[in-house]
Amino acid sequence: MKRHRNATATGTDSATQTTSAAAAYNLFDLLSDEIVFAILDFLAASSPLDTKSFSMVCRSFYLVESRHRRILRPLRHDHLPRILSRYPNVARLDLSLCPRITDASLALVSRTSSADSLRSIDLSRSRFFSYSGLLSLVLNCRNLVEIDLSNATQLRDAAASAVAEAKNLEKLWLGRCKLITDMGVGCIAVGCKKLKLISFKWCLGVTDLGVELIAVKCKELRSLDLSYLPVTNECLPAILKLQYLEDLVLEGCFGIDDDGLAALQHGCKSLKMLDMSSCQNITHVGLSSLISGAGRLEQLTLAYGSSVTLALANSLKMLPSLQSIKLDGCFVTSSGLKAIGSLCISLKELSLSKCVGVTDDGLSSLVIKQRDLKKLDITCCRKITDVSIAHITSTCTNLASLRMESCTLVPREAFVLIGQRCHFLEELDLTDNEIDDEGLKSISRCAKLSSLKLGICLNISDDGLSHIGAYCSKLTELDLYRSAGITDPGILAIASGCPDIEMINMSYCQDITDSSLICLSKCSKLKTFESRGCPLITSLGLAAIAVGCRQLNKLDIKKCHNISDAGMLPLSHFSQNLRQITLSYTSVTDVGLLSLASISCLQSITVLHLKGLTASGLAAALLACGGLIKVKLHASFKPLLPQLLFEHLEARGCVFEWRDKEFQAELDPQCWKLQLEDVAQ
Amino acid sequence: MDPEDEICGDTWGTKSTSSNSLQQNSADFGLQQQLEKKWDNNSSPIMDYGFRIGQEQPPFHGQVNCQINNSIQGNDNNTNDNKPPEWDPSAMLNNLSFLEQKIHQLQGMVHLIITRKGQVPSKPDEVLTQQQQQLITADLTSIIVQLISTAGTLLPSVKTIGQFGQFTPKPAAVSPEQQQQQQSNNSMDVEHNYSTTEEHEEHEDGETEHLPPGSYEILQLEKEEILAPHTHFCTICGKGFKRDANLRMHMRGHGDEYKTPAALAKPPTVKEVGSAAEPVIIKRYSCPFSGCKRNKDHKKFQPLKTILCVKNHYKRTHCDKSYVCSRCNTKKFSVMADLKTHEKHCGRDKWLCSCGTTFSRKDKLFGHIALFQGHTPAIPPDETKTVVALAPTDDPAAAANKLADGSGLATMDFNSGAQALMDFKSVDDPAGAAAVASCFSPLNFDSCNFVGGFPEFNRQGFDDSEASFSFLLSGGSCNYSSQKTGGES
Repeated sequence: MKRHRNATATGTDSATQTTSAAAAYNLFDLLSDEIVFAILDFLAASSPLDTKSFSMVCRSFYLVESRHRRILRPLRHDHLPRILSRYPNVARLDLSLCPRITDASLALVSRTSSADSLRSIDLSRSRFFSYSGLLSLVLNCRNLVEIDLSNATQLRDAAASAVAEAKNLEKLWLGRCKLITDMGVGCIAVGCKKLKLISFKWCLGVTDLGVELIAVKCKELRSLDLSYLPVTNECLPAILKLQYLEDLVLEGCFGIDDDGLAALQHGCKSLKMLDMSSCQNITHVGLSSLISGAGRLEQLTLAYGSSVTLALANSLKMLPSLQSIKLDGCFVTSSGLKAIGSLCISLKELSLSKCVGVTDDGLSSLVIKQRDLKKLDITCCRKITDVSIAHITSTCTNLASLRMESCTLVPREAFVLIGQRCHFLEELDLTDNEIDDEGLKSISRCAKLSSLKLGICLNISDDGLSHIGAYCSKLTELDLYRSAGITDPGILAIASGCPDIEMINMSYCQDITDSSLICLSKCSKLKTFESRGCPLITSLGLAAIAVGCRQLNKLDIKKCHNISDAGMLPLSHFSQNLRQITLSYTSVTDVGLLSLASISCLQSITVLHLKGLTASGLAAALLACGGLIKVKLHASFKPLLPQLLFEHLEARGCVFEWRDKEFQAELDPQCWKLQLEDVAQ
Repeated sequence: MDPEDEICGDTWGTKSTSSNSLQQNSADFGLQQQLEKKWDNNSSPIMDYGFRIGQEQPPFHGQVNCQINNSIQGNDNNTNDNKPPEWDPSAMLNNLSFLEQKIHQLQGMVHLIITRKGQVPSKPDEVLTQQQQQLITADLTSIIVQLISTAGTLLPSVKTIGQFGQFTPKPAAVSPEQQQQQQSNNSMDVEHNYSTTEEHEEHEDGETEHLPPGSYEILQLEKEEILAPHTHFCTICGKGFKRDANLRMHMRGHGDEYKTPAALAKPPTVKEVGSAAEPVIIKRYSCPFSGCKRNKDHKKFQPLKTILCVKNHYKRTHCDKSYVCSRCNTKKFSVMADLKTHEKHCGRDKWLCSCGTTFSRKDKLFGHIALFQGHTPAIPPDETKTVVALAPTDDPAAAANKLADGSGLATMDFNSGAQALMDFKSVDDPAGAAAVASCFSPLNFDSCNFVGGFPEFNRQGFDDSEASFSFLLSGGSCNYSSQKTGGES
């Protein structure tokens, strides 16, 4: 009886129907496994909750679901034994939510029946494992092709030599493995011959020798990430001899310079993606010698590099299939932009975010030739005006993504043009702009809009937002941070018009009340809810959200002074998917915090300036909440709690961050923006 | 031809006619070479003279060769003879090497003339050939004159001549110019007895064929010469020394005349002497081992630069490795210095390959691995141990147990109430965890009441393992849903 209630309460209609059908006729027995699996594929695609409902119908469904499941993402390492025995066919094990993975855990994974089917394992956020655990994993899971060891800062060369035993490995991420040196990389190069992707980002112990050996031994390599490695020109010839190399990232390789690149006979012909961000010593000379033979290059990233001049643009002219250029943070000249516009014919993506020197003249002459442009990022191009916007909107009518945060000289009339001409927009970032209700009304014509950011737009009001709510039914993401003109009616329009909304940020919209939250509780897909600094919100509104939005996983109610323990209790009861919560400056006390500890998913809490919180209550909550990964606390608690407690929690995988900011009073939005501009100037 | 030539001619005239004056400053090679240079510049005053020598040259060529060969043979025979040392041997040595060079030059020239003559048998252009001949003979003359004058300086003093008479080569084959210097030839033979290895070089017949005059010349030492432990011998007692300086120190014991600063001074090297006016002819060496790449008969012959190179090369490549490293007992060397160098680093080769080979440098190891299939870098075993040791304890419960005094705090009832909700399972020891909480003795909040106040929060059958999609499985008695907004309904 109870189980049935659960299914009805949480599952979709289809789940309910199958339940009754199975009970009556057991038609599922007639279906082959393939068909049932195909049904389950669709079910899993819609929501993981539906799969769960399915598995709880009866024993046979439970077994079918166990055999069907391919991907596991457990929250706790202590669940591993049971879920691994339940799901024998798991191909991908994502342990990124388990901070504590020991050698014993890995040995367990390698012992279970899923060891043969396991193809991919993600250990990027896990710590506490070592050489021996990895060795038992790779020796027993013979079909492993992907291992993510990013952030494993404790691993040494011995661990790398264990990885080298995975002879079938194709993808390996070693980001931030700072203790691994050339010796370990050498083992991997010799052992894992089939490698197609390897990432060495921030592996500061790896030098030319290791990279060269990888390039010599792993001929199948498609993707190579050398970001921030202390490599020099020495390793380049070997890399460019790789026959299939498509993706090369040289971000922040300060040891590579023009001289080294000039010495290369020819570039890499198979290259499709090249990232040379933050390479201070490479100018257009080196670039042109590197990409001289790369006729297939599609994506080029030169962020924070040398200035974009005519010479640099000219070096791009031999790239017929170039589709994407990212020049973020570069110094840009108008002639350079003009030349890019005329030389690169089929650009689909262009990013000029935070570029200095972007003018109406340059940008207009660039976009005027790019009819196919899909994504444009002109964040913080503070010199452009309505002239640019007019050109962009008249030429690039297929634009799907436009980011123009802080284009402060663009007048409010210009935004009307965006809505009039670019009907295919899916993503629009208008943060910190002069847009007003007229502009919003015009933008509401973009029926495909799914992400809209209107933070710090002080000219908009409920009127404009109601147009969005009325016409943009596919909206999933809405940011109204510090747009003080928004009140309850605006949110009401969104809540009723955009049922798919997953993320909403209404921080510092001070006039928002509980009624907005009660409306939003209808949006069952809501995952992220941020309402910082809304003093009118009470526990009542929060309870409504908790009850209605069961998938909520991120909640920020900092500075909502009226939220108290009464809000926490329903939250702990209903929001069992909550992962991250910020409670600073609220009226929550020990009781509220302790009740939150019952949420087994909870991983990150921020509790600063809670007046009702005592040291003992905090300690009890921390101990009770077993899945915590990150806790932000006020420094004053540090001497009040015993050191042994911290050691215990850190052994569980929890990290503490200490803050000692003073209690801050809130400013009004206009005041805040003036202050922001002062800082910017 | 120009005024300077006149002066040069005069200078030469005075010097060449009086060999005695040259003899006085016997070590003054700079002057002689200067002279030679001047001779090269002006050929006109002695044109006729030179031409005459040029015509005579075929017999001359044979004579010189013969003479030198004789002298070398004689020298071999008489290595151990004691000679009264009345002159400075090192100066003599220099003179001899100089002579040797000059003879080589002569050989080259003469050979050139022969080939020219062979090429132009019908003499189509009389004038041209004449001019060439004139030039060559002028050079030849200058060289011969130098040869004579230098040979003259080799005469140390009158009283030694008689003693060396027995070694005199046959005078019949000597040209008139050299006949005048008969004495000097004698002394040259004597000098060979005390020579360093440099004097033992054999001259190759074909060396000038593929090398233009003025290019380097190839010298080849015999195996015995290369392996000889001593290269400097005392002329009095015959004791051998490795170093020239040691010999000079030794010589002091044979009498006061060896204690003069001049006798003890380091003899100037050929290079120093020659650098003054004329570029020294570059010498290169050949390894006597036939088939070796360093042997002059090899197709891709690569000459050795110095005698030391010859010695080290020969020992390293063609001799047994008799010096064994006492530390590792595996590495063997044939040159002592190599062993010394190895011993400095032995045991400190930290770059290890899986095949057991060690390298002192990482790049060498990686070059080795890149070259061979299946070889991998070997991680030192101690590293794996330390990693294991550094790993934190596997059991969080152990950490919790450290905290617990064993006092099971039954009063902490919120545990039992919220057990299903709160994940004390991860701690594995609720009592231990509770004991931590009990450190804060005034637990002011009433945990029992708190949990008891919400009995509906108990969720039986909550499957801990499915927390990844844990959603509410609560009973219908949730007060909140009925109390509050009715959001659930």
